[in-house]
Amino acid sequence: MIIEAQGLTKTYQSKSGPVHALAGLDLQVPRGTVKALLGPNGAGKTTVVKMLTTLIRPDAGTAVIDGIDVVLHPKAVRRIIGVSGQYAAVDENLTGLENLEMVGRLYHLGGPAARQRAKELIDLFELTAAGNRPVKGFSGGMRRRIDLAGALVINPKVLFLDEPTTGLDPRSRIALWDVIKHLVADGTTVLLTTQYLEEADQLADDIVVIDDGRVIAEGTSDQLKAQIGGHRVVVALVDAADGGTAREILARHGSGEPSVSTDGRGVEVAVTDGPTALQNMLSDLRAAQVNLHDAGMRRPTLDDVFLKLTGHKADLNATNEDDAGGPTLSKRAQAKQDQARAAHASPADLEKAK
Amino acid sequence: MSPRHSGAPLESTTPVSTTPKPAGTQASPAPGESRVGTLPPLPTWNPFSLWYSDGWTVTKRNLIKIKRSPDMLVFAVIQPIMFVLLFSQVYGGAIAVQGSDYTQFLMAGIFAQTVVFGATFSGAAMALDLKEGIIDRFRSLPMNASAVLVGRTNGDLVLNTISMIIMMATGLAVGWRVNTSPAEFLAGVGLLLLFGYAFSWVMALLGMSVKSPEVINNASFLILFPLTFVSNAFVPSETLPTALRVFAEWNPVSSLVQAVRQLFGNLGTAPVPDIWTMQNPILTVLIGITVMLLVFVPLCIRKFASISSR
Repeated sequence: MIIEAQGLTKTYQSKSGPVHALAGLDLQVPRGTVKALLGPNGAGKTTVVKMLTTLIRPDAGTAVIDGIDVVLHPKAVRRIIGVSGQYAAVDENLTGLENLEMVGRLYHLGGPAARQRAKELIDLFELTAAGNRPVKGFSGGMRRRIDLAGALVINPKVLFLDEPTTGLDPRSRIALWDVIKHLVADGTTVLLTTQYLEEADQLADDIVVIDDGRVIAEGTSDQLKAQIGGHRVVVALVDAADGGTAREILARHGSGEPSVSTDGRGVEVAVTDGPTALQNMLSDLRAAQVNLHDAGMRRPTLDDVFLKLTGHKADLNATNEDDAGGPTLSKRAQAKQDQARAAHASPADLEKAK
Repeated sequence: MSPRHSGAPLESTTPVSTTPKPAGTQASPAPGESRVGTLPPLPTWNPFSLWYSDGWTVTKRNLIKIKRSPDMLVFAVIQPIMFVLLFSQVYGGAIAVQGSDYTQFLMAGIFAQTVVFGATFSGAAMALDLKEGIIDRFRSLPMNASAVLVGRTNGDLVLNTISMIIMMATGLAVGWRVNTSPAEFLAGVGLLLLFGYAFSWVMALLGMSVKSPEVINNASFLILFPLTFVSNAFVPSETLPTALRVFAEWNPVSSLVQAVRQLFGNLGTAPVPDIWTMQNPILTVLIGITVMLLVFVPLCIRKFASISSR
C-alpha cells in the first residue's frame, strides 16, 4: 500500500454547529493503481485529498504515504507527491512555461533542470504554441493541462487529482481523460476524486464511494454494479394512464419494486434473468394493450449503485464542492428527505445524471 | 473489465503522445521502476540557499506580475504624481507651515502615505492567491514555508521603490528640495522603504485572514485612512483637536514623517511637539519597524502553514 490512511477525522465549526467533514475514514491504495473517491458535493473528498497532501491536518487518524507520515513529515511527503486541484492553480500573469519552471524551482530541481522540464511538459501536453503566452488567455482545458503538468514536474510517486475535469466541457474532459489514462498506463499511483460516475468508471481500477465523510462502499466498478443485481428493464409508455398496469406487469417478472418516473411514463425494475424477463414483460404488456415508446435492458450504472447505497442520488447539479459548508449540508438533508421521491427517479433522470 | 483498458483508442487524438520522462537532474531510475524522480538533489543545497532560492523564485513571479499588469504600474506611478500635484497645488496656498512652505512640508507626508498604501498590494495579493488556489499549489511543494510571503513583500518593496522615484521627480518639479547630505537622504529613503516593507507583513496577515479579496480593500482603507490622515503627514499635528492630536503624535506614521522631514531637511522652524516619539523620530521608527517584523513575520508564517483555499 502506497497510501494508507486510518480513521481520518475532521470537524469544522459552523454557525449551525459542528460539521463532520470526515468521520473516521479509512483508505488504502495499492502501489501503481488508480483509485477514485466518488461522492456527491460535500461528501469529504477534497478534505481527504487536502489531508493526504499535507494542506490540512486531521483532527484524528493517521495517514502514511510511501511510509512517510503526512502529519509528522509533511515536507518529505511533498517531495514525492504531485497535486492538481479543483481550480487550476496557475498564475495567470505567468506564461505556461514560467508557471512550470517556477514549480520546478520550488521542487528544488535547480534553474536549468526546471526550465528543461517545463519545456518537456509543455510539449508533452501539446501546449507548445501557447507555452510563451500568459495563462490569462488560456481556455479552461488548457489551464487544467498546465495545472496537471505542474503536478508532474517531478514524476511523483503519488499523483492526486481533485476533480480534474470539473467545469470542463465534454470535449476537454475526454481529452484530459486521455492524458490521465496515459499517465496511469505508466504505473503512477493515482488518487482521484470525482463526482462524475462515468469518470470513476473510465479511469479507476478501484472505486471508493464516500458520503458524509465515510466510506460507504468499495470495489471495482463491476463489483459495485454487481451489488445491486443484474440488468434492469426500462419501458417508456405512450400514455401515462397505463402506468399502473405497466408497474404491475414489471413487478410480476422483475426482482424488487419497480420505480416510476415523475411524469409517470417511465417504469423501471431490476431483473435477474434479463432476456427472459424482458420477453415475458413485453408479451404481457402487449396482452394488456399497453403501448410503448421504447423498451429495453440496461446494465446498472454507478448512479444506481449510489442511489442504492445512500438512498439519495449523486448530487450533480452544483459544479463546485464545498466540503464543510452549511448550505451543502442543508441541501443534502433536503435530498435525504426527498429520498422517497428520488427512489422513483425515472430512467431518463438516471441517464441524464450520467 | 478493467477501466484502464476500456474502449476508446488512446492514440491519434490524445494530447499526450508519450509518457513523461523523468527530469534530467534526477537520479537515474532503478531498473524495473518506471517512475522516478523522488528526492530532488538536496545535498547541493544548504538551508540558507534553499530559503534564498525559494524566496527569489516567488519574488520573480511577483515582478513578472508587476510587469504584465499595467493597472498595477499605473496605480503605482499615477497615484503618487496625482497626490503630489493635488496636495501641493490645492492645499499649498491654504495651509501655512511655520518656517517652510507647504510643498517642503508635504513631500515627506506623501512619501509615507504612499509606502503605507503600497503595502495593501500584499494583503490583496495573498487574499487573491488563496482564493485562486495557488496557495494550495505552493503549500503542496517542498518549498520554504516563508518563501511565498518573502516573495510577496519583496514585490511590494520593488513597487514602492518605483513609486518613490516617480514621486521624488514630481516633487522636485514642483519645488521640493532635499537640504541635507546624500547619506541622510539615503537614510530617509531607506527608512521609508523599510517601514513599507514591515507594514506589508501586517497587511499580508490581514490578507490571509479575510474571507475574500474584496473584503481586503475595504478593510485596508479602514486602517490606512485614519493611520495616514490622523498624523502630521498633511497638516501640523498641533492644529488638530486634542484627542486626534494625541493619536497623531503617537501614530507611527507621524514618527516616520517626522524622521523623514528631519533626514531630508524639510522640518522648517516649527517647534517639535514635546513628545518622546516626536523628539526621537528615527529611533521610534526603527523600533516600530523591528516590532512589526518581530511580531508579524512569525504570525504570517504560522498562518500560512495552515491556510488552504476555502
